[in-house]
Amino acid sequence: MAFYRPAPYQKPLAIALLLAMLVLPNVLTAFGQEFYIGFATRILIFALAASSLNLVLGFAGMFSLGHAAFFGTGAYVAAICMANGINDALLVFPLAMGVAGLFALLVGAISLRTRGVYFIMITLAFGQMAYYLFVSARTWGGDDGLPLVGRLNLAGFSLNDDAAFFYAALASLAMSIVFLGRLADARFGRVIQAIRENETRMEALGYPVFRYRLICFALGGGLAGLAGALLANLTGLASPNLLQWMQSGTLLVMVIIGGVGYLYGGMVGALILLCLEEVLAGFTLHWHIGLGLLLLGIVMFAPKGVAALFGKQHG
Amino acid sequence: MSLRLTALATALMFAGAVHAADKIKVGFVSTLSGPGAGLGVDIRDGFNLAMKRLNGKLGDLPAEVLIADDQQSPDIAKQTADKFLKKDKVDFMTGIVFSNIMLAVGPTVFENKTFYISANAGPSQYAGEQCNPYFFNVAWQNDNLHEAVGKIVQDKGFKNVVIVTPNYPGGKDAVSGFKRYYKGVVAEEVYTKLGQLDYAAELAQIRNLKPDALFFFLPGGMGINFVKQFVSAGLSRDTQLFAPGFSADEDVIKAVGAPMMGMFNSSHWAHDMENAENKRFVADFEKEYKRLPSLYASQGYDAALMMDAAVRDVKGNVDDKKALQKALEAKHFKSVRGDFKFNSNHYPVQNYYLRAIGKDAQGRVTNKTMGSIFTNHADAYVAQCKMK
Amino acid sequence: MQDEVTQLFLEQALNGLQFGLMLFLLAAGLTLVFGIMDCINLAHGSLYMVGAYLVAAAAQAADSFWSGLGAGVAGAAILGLLLELSLFRQLYKRDHLSQVLATFALILIANEAVRIIWGAQPVMLNPPDALSGPVEIVGFFYPAYRLVIIAFGLAVAGLLYLLVAKSRVGMWVRAGASNREMTEALGINVQGLFTAVFVFGAALCALAGGLLGPLLAVQVGMGESVLILAFVVIIIGGIGSIRGALVGSLIVGSVDTLGRALLPTLLRATLPADAASTLGPALASILIYLLMAGILFFKPQGLFPARA
Repeated sequence: MAFYRPAPYQKPLAIALLLAMLVLPNVLTAFGQEFYIGFATRILIFALAASSLNLVLGFAGMFSLGHAAFFGTGAYVAAICMANGINDALLVFPLAMGVAGLFALLVGAISLRTRGVYFIMITLAFGQMAYYLFVSARTWGGDDGLPLVGRLNLAGFSLNDDAAFFYAALASLAMSIVFLGRLADARFGRVIQAIRENETRMEALGYPVFRYRLICFALGGGLAGLAGALLANLTGLASPNLLQWMQSGTLLVMVIIGGVGYLYGGMVGALILLCLEEVLAGFTLHWHIGLGLLLLGIVMFAPKGVAALFGKQHG
Repeated sequence: MSLRLTALATALMFAGAVHAADKIKVGFVSTLSGPGAGLGVDIRDGFNLAMKRLNGKLGDLPAEVLIADDQQSPDIAKQTADKFLKKDKVDFMTGIVFSNIMLAVGPTVFENKTFYISANAGPSQYAGEQCNPYFFNVAWQNDNLHEAVGKIVQDKGFKNVVIVTPNYPGGKDAVSGFKRYYKGVVAEEVYTKLGQLDYAAELAQIRNLKPDALFFFLPGGMGINFVKQFVSAGLSRDTQLFAPGFSADEDVIKAVGAPMMGMFNSSHWAHDMENAENKRFVADFEKEYKRLPSLYASQGYDAALMMDAAVRDVKGNVDDKKALQKALEAKHFKSVRGDFKFNSNHYPVQNYYLRAIGKDAQGRVTNKTMGSIFTNHADAYVAQCKMK
Repeated sequence: MQDEVTQLFLEQALNGLQFGLMLFLLAAGLTLVFGIMDCINLAHGSLYMVGAYLVAAAAQAADSFWSGLGAGVAGAAILGLLLELSLFRQLYKRDHLSQVLATFALILIANEAVRIIWGAQPVMLNPPDALSGPVEIVGFFYPAYRLVIIAFGLAVAGLLYLLVAKSRVGMWVRAGASNREMTEALGINVQGLFTAVFVFGAALCALAGGLLGPLLAVQVGMGESVLILAFVVIIIGGIGSIRGALVGSLIVGSVDTLGRALLPTLLRATLPADAASTLGPALASILIYLLMAGILFFKPQGLFPARA
């Protein structure tokens, strides 16, 4: 791998996509398919979560299997805020990002001492710890989870309407993608990618490798927290299931099938996986077999993920 | 011309409102994969069996049952329920096994003014302050079976009891339900990890405490692990095992077998209950699925019969929500558990029975009804319910 | 009274040993595949599940636990062979990400296939009658079947020690674990060695599944809950090290058992009752993860790193 550089047609494509997204709720409503507004919002949110993992995994090369812990923490922060009467999105979303980011900073500070498989497993262990803590936390509903009363308000507007909430999720995703794109291109992003390629060399050149990685890990955790807060608002529930390792696995699958280290990899992966689930589950109750076989096929025949078809990586 | 058209359209719309629907749609969301799948599969099979008996009709109207798997995840359940409500516009919903999933899905269903007939999950929230005209539970309130165990342990004169449950809200509810009727000494409340595999440490502790009875509530595989290890540790000699019916029904017996013999449990239904409806149900179920039905299957079966009777009562006009609610409350169907009534919070007021596990006439290890524990028992939350 | 406390402690120590050895049966295969092939196999738990189902089915058909165990282990070994030849052989060369994705897919496929074949409800697998009760050892009763597991665990540990430390194949395995390229350069048929190790790992999985079936529920998804524990064990012990797997298993087994036995009592003595009853079980359930994080903090390669 080398530095990420978008393909020339990627920007116009992204803008066209964004414009299409802007009218999507109207189109769906016109065809009487309002249900799919919620489904599309779900895809946007998971796209954000997967993109945040892609920052950690793809750009910085840190293979974390506990990313769902930050995702779930964001969801709980939103739920706890709302249970205490804090309903302003401009307050809750940054808070969710901040708490999840701080948690990631703590986990990262310990985990980043290890390498390779050990790193995978120590992040997994922290994820499971967080899961069991939330299951046992009776004040926050324990295993039942913490339900939300309604949705947040954004600058005085309620997000209770599905279309309004769709736009809030779309804005969050778009801003995050722009941020990630800028980051990848900035000095920080270059250093992070160089560390992924050759850690020893960057160390020798005098870069504080550990600190760069830690900041990147915390940034990824913070973005995942934002996605979690959005998801809690979409479904009206913060549940410990969100923190379980299978959820981390699902996010990972999204990134891998989308394209590790490609700006749009997380988005593409979330879109493909959630649509696959939706379509396959409609056919048979045993759809997991179909999904498993498809994933196997992707590993074997499209090892770089689907986004690799749209962006190039060259030196 | 245009005036006439408008009049015609209005007339048609009116006709639509008064006339019966031509088809009833039921959204069935349940846990059909993962470790909890056995329960959902039984509810589904019971429901389908009733639909077969009704020739695929509910209240003489053709019915369509949409079945989906929630993968035991509140998040996915909510998404699926959304689809059934908004896209497929179902008339009833049912099927959810677990209370945490019910609590996640409930608000959307009620907001959509669709009746939910719970064939299992009976959270205390919906029995008390958050009771809702659109929620009916055809099974029990979660605490009921634990209360029944508490009562029988008290009545049988046990004095020194150990309680084992997982460390999560459902487990703590079980303890409070049990203690509502058991007034003796609780030597220890042991809280285990959710999904725990090995219980050796807890069993050693229990051996040390020497209780005369042990009450456990460990759903699914945890209960199977616990009973197997309890018996092989030889504790069943000095300590009598008690559990709510869901920890000792056909699914668990099938996995544990003979070691479960002699265990007591509580239930509102048993496959050996003497009434015509039940005999027919059990015989049909065994014929169709080649196994004995569990209480979950009986609840799924009742849920379908309940919808059928209510749709017939309103003559198929399911859009008249008030009338449909009255019809559901009236309960004009014959339950396989015998007679019961709905309380003001839409939870059953019914009898609870003591069952013991032993061998039946054909040599199968199964439940046998030993007598009644409660008659016309209501739940503890109904007073908090102000039904609109 | 003093006697009773000693007895309880003895029993809990035995429980810890038994739980640890049960984890070792699983971790041994996992650490070999992981260490030698450098392959993350999330589907190791699925082999354990399929093994348990095969043993249960064979035991029911033969009406004998022991023949069922033999047949089930053989079946799982054949399945392992097929998997290695068709899939894992391609995966060794790939990066960890592909391995995780592919074996994650295998989990989905295995769970669903088992559900289609055996149904969604757990199946029965009971110990032979002679072992179903407790036996008396030095003044207290202990389940006979758990003693059998201890015996099997010790036997497997001994056998593996002889195989790995004393035999020629074991030498190659150790060589492969510490430096794959060098071993290949020395003219050893590494591909055949990999196949053999993988099949052996699969057989150990089925042995673990079959032996634990009478204590645990044989059901869909049983592999995932135990897989994480096995991973914790080999990470603590150091990937690729059999000795590490054994030590890690025993540490995890005893810490988990003693934690569950002692923590609630300890906390009750020091904290208000309400706080203790909430905190105790919560702390006990995360104890082994805390332990693992702690060990990795001081020894980032585990206790016995195979690759120096």
